[in-house]
Amino acid sequence: MKKFVSVALAATMALSLVACGGSASSAASSAANSTASSAASTASGEGGTIKVGVLANTSGDYAIYGNAVKNGVMLYINEINGKGGINGKQIEVFDYDDKGDPTEAVTAFNRLVDDGVTAVIGSVLTGATIAVADESYAIGMPQITASATAAGVTVLDPEDPESEVRTNVFRSCFIDPFQGEKMAEYASQELGAKTAAVIFETGNDYSEGLKNAFVDKCKELGIEVVSEEAYTKGDVDFKAQMTTITSKNPDVVFCPNYYQDDGNIVKQARAAGYTGTFMGGDGWGGVAGYASAEELEGSVYCSGYAAGTDDVKTFETAYKDAYGEDVPNMFAPLGYDAAMLMCNALSAADDQGLETGSDDYKAAVIDAMKSTDGLKGVTGTYKFDQYNNPIKSAAIMKLEGGKEVFSEMF
Amino acid sequence: MKTNRKTIPMPMRYLINTVLIVLFILASTLFVNSDAVSGYFTKILMVIGINIILAVSLNIATGYLGQLPLGHAGFMAVGAYTGGIFLKAVDAAKATGGTYYLYVAAALVLSGIVAGIFGILIGVPALRLKGDYLAIITLGFGEIIRVVLTNIDSVLGFDLTYGASGLKRIPKITTFFNVLLCVVLSCVVIHMVMKSRHGRAILSIRENEIAAESCGIRTTYYKVMAFTMSAFFAGVAGCLYAGYLGSLQPSSFGFMKSIEILVMVVLGGMGSMLGSILSATVLTALPEALRAFSDYRMVVYSLVLVLMMIFKPTGLLGQYDFSLSRILEKLMNPKKSAGKKEGASHE
Repeated sequence: MKKFVSVALAATMALSLVACGGSASSAASSAANSTASSAASTASGEGGTIKVGVLANTSGDYAIYGNAVKNGVMLYINEINGKGGINGKQIEVFDYDDKGDPTEAVTAFNRLVDDGVTAVIGSVLTGATIAVADESYAIGMPQITASATAAGVTVLDPEDPESEVRTNVFRSCFIDPFQGEKMAEYASQELGAKTAAVIFETGNDYSEGLKNAFVDKCKELGIEVVSEEAYTKGDVDFKAQMTTITSKNPDVVFCPNYYQDDGNIVKQARAAGYTGTFMGGDGWGGVAGYASAEELEGSVYCSGYAAGTDDVKTFETAYKDAYGEDVPNMFAPLGYDAAMLMCNALSAADDQGLETGSDDYKAAVIDAMKSTDGLKGVTGTYKFDQYNNPIKSAAIMKLEGGKEVFSEMF
Repeated sequence: MKTNRKTIPMPMRYLINTVLIVLFILASTLFVNSDAVSGYFTKILMVIGINIILAVSLNIATGYLGQLPLGHAGFMAVGAYTGGIFLKAVDAAKATGGTYYLYVAAALVLSGIVAGIFGILIGVPALRLKGDYLAIITLGFGEIIRVVLTNIDSVLGFDLTYGASGLKRIPKITTFFNVLLCVVLSCVVIHMVMKSRHGRAILSIRENEIAAESCGIRTTYYKVMAFTMSAFFAGVAGCLYAGYLGSLQPSSFGFMKSIEILVMVVLGGMGSMLGSILSATVLTALPEALRAFSDYRMVVYSLVLVLMMIFKPTGLLGQYDFSLSRILEKLMNPKKSAGKKEGASHE
């Protein structure tokens, strides 16, 4: 019996392998035929589709971000398809999970290429997105990410100002340095801070990126950074760092970390007797549940998305109708905007009457994306700078009475 | 041993195997370079190849030596970063012709050697311990490597690994052909070493360390040797990985990566090279093949592992290893049951 089961099991595994080979080769043949079939579909007019790939980490660590992005993207694409698509062509979505893993992201991206997509929206996490950007840049595939904030996504070498730009890769979110600089300016102009301290997570690209930009900008603006404290991933005890910071008593503490840590840090800082203002980046979204209202009162952070304002009401209602839950974080609206930017570029390219999926079409999409000017999305009005990063203002969110309230655009 | 049993002479065996291997490499390269195979399929084959090298290399320490190291991803990371930094330093992307291939070969060998050195450094203290103690100490070393890669830049103040943001813009040197070549070479070398005197010494340590020692086998030496060899090939795989992806982040080489490789070895059968190759292939291809089932694919993956361990705890192939000569000799001696003979063939 055991022998039989094990043989059967081995057979199943072998079969699954064969299945993989089969599907891949059929994908290959479909890719080979795609020019022919897409030509046929353009000929048939209304029945044509535009294939768009979506990469998101819908499982694994940080799946909460991936799912939000995917929901946002699908929300917009469904709206467009509901309105009749682009020039009568429906958008056909191929979405794959990359688990946030660069290796999987690269294979998934190549699968999308085999599927014959015209553009790719994704990926979500920075590491996976950069790996995909390398691949997409090589073949000139239009790509937009909703959430990868590292400068190295759109620029080959962020340290070199003359560096080559990945012309085909765009993003709908801020980059890390931008947030750090914004918050330093805000501290100087709005809060009148003279001294500042930072506490950041070492080994975290996002946290260090924001911190470095903040510290550099502070020097420029004449704010003295009295203390730079670090912690490592997984720490929950920040008493030592908070005691040091409290003893120096800076006007503001910049805390560019994720919401859970931010909550703990604020809580322990108040316990250590610190009374100044806390500032943070967009990782703060959702912090309200992790420290009490009194402790958080007056803290500010910048966000790509001003939740609860009039501008985003329609989006929030639509999201709730579609998924039965409130907008979980700013990644859903950023995903929505990424899809909007991409569809806008697709429709501009489609107007030129090029063949869907051809290289000319892709180049036209990239050109159209680059020349986006004044497109109004949920998180702001879009225009891209020379590095394909969006130029838009940040929303300053303030903690008032235990709620994250929109304060102003800065 | 029956005297009238027909056997294939040794030089003949080597000849057959060499011819078959060369044919295999040629055929698969031609197949992959033809239009029938898409970029996606080639990429998967490359990942499979890298995973095969990782699995067969871990199989040396786990299957043949009988230890349980949990830090294999650490050696892979060392190899990956060595290869990546080297390729960037010599600017391999701009090199042409012979120089390019020289750089690629040098990167692969260098990655292996540096990983091997780390293997010695870690092996000497770690291999004094056994079983779960060894597992924990290698786990610790694996984590140390990852943490060092993350923090070395900011602590020492230079730009080498670029810390958490990762090493980027590594020339993409990995092609299907050099993955295939590395897979074949690693398998052949490991196989030949294991069939040699040194290999039997390593096996004897697995079977009974005290008995082996009392027979005069230098157990520490052979343990460190096997461990170093294991690290060497993991380093080569790491270099291929770096050249495949073009960017590296320390977080990819965490504890889970080590476990992933260990699962491949255990599932294939500890001590079976063919088992490692098969399970590395299946476990890499399975999640891709099941993409259509989206979220359920991870369930299937886990289910395969659970069922396998319940019904065949020794792994897919146990300790069986494929031997072409053994099969041929069986065919040549039809009626008699073939005696247990160590075959020399392996692909």
